[in-house]
Amino acid sequence: MTKSPYLQGFLVGLPFVITAAPFGLLFGVLARDAGLDLAAIMGMSFLVIAGASQFAALAQIQENAPAFFVVLTALAVNLRMAIYSASLAPHLGPAPAWKRAFAAYLLFDNTFAIAMKEFEERPDRPVDEKIIWFLGCATPVTAIWVVTTVLGALLGRAIPDSLALDFAVPVMFLAVIAPMLRTLPQLAAALTGIVASLALTSLPYGTGLLVAAVLAMMAGAETERRLAR
Amino acid sequence: MTYSNFSLWTIILALGIGTYLIRFSFLGLLGNRQLPEWLLRHLRYAPMAVLPALVAPLVLWPAGNEGHPEPARLIATFATIAAGYLTRNTLAAIGAGLGSLYFFLWLFGG
Repeated sequence: MTKSPYLQGFLVGLPFVITAAPFGLLFGVLARDAGLDLAAIMGMSFLVIAGASQFAALAQIQENAPAFFVVLTALAVNLRMAIYSASLAPHLGPAPAWKRAFAAYLLFDNTFAIAMKEFEERPDRPVDEKIIWFLGCATPVTAIWVVTTVLGALLGRAIPDSLALDFAVPVMFLAVIAPMLRTLPQLAAALTGIVASLALTSLPYGTGLLVAAVLAMMAGAETERRLAR
Repeated sequence: MTYSNFSLWTIILALGIGTYLIRFSFLGLLGNRQLPEWLLRHLRYAPMAVLPALVAPLVLWPAGNEGHPEPARLIATFATIAAGYLTRNTLAAIGAGLGSLYFFLWLFGG
């Protein structure tokens, strides 16, 4: 029996609850510490669903930064998602606008990474199946993100530091990336991104990451171009 | 935190709408139009460009260790990459990463 595209996506997305859960718990704990009530914490997780920017906003909220700066900082952290949006456009672009509008809501680091892997492995699928697959892969991670932020807010400091919740995120992204690493241009992109990102950490509001990402994409594309000649 | 309920929710709403517009940008407006070949060639490397760059500072200066490098996290990083590269399996990489992280945190008494 063949599984529906939704179920296929769901099953690919399911394991990432292991790594998304600690991240969500950590956000809940810290947001509660910062003084946000449960409604605000849930509201943020539902409306923003972008972990890194939520942490950035939280840090600024704790500093009592002006509201304008809180929003600006967190949005700067999310600018990388424009790259994600452009990357998925060739795959999901032919779908009706309302479906794309819904898919856009579910586009974050995790779904971008696993969807790009899937769409590169099976580029010839009908776009309808791709969209439904994408919704499937986003479902478990989105659900666990909202649930665990609330749980973190309720449990608060009962969660011990020794769980090293902060490190689930690096493990998750590296686990997605490492199996995709096959060619020289990919290696060039990864190394350029790492070096540039480390060199540019002093740039404000996560803009160093953006510059690093653009440089890394250029390194990958240029290496590919030279190898092809 | 000294924000009123109103300004806090304004922050949350503005952040939510802004983030959504960033996500919607190309996906929403481009539709069926093709991106130029040179841009596609760059975008092919987007995951490799963004994710390792995002992770690198978290690995070297982890928040859970007050921003100092820490051996268990470094070992877990290499275990994740090695397992992912060798097995081509994301789940195996997560297992190797979290497994080695907790083992070495315990071993080093962290």
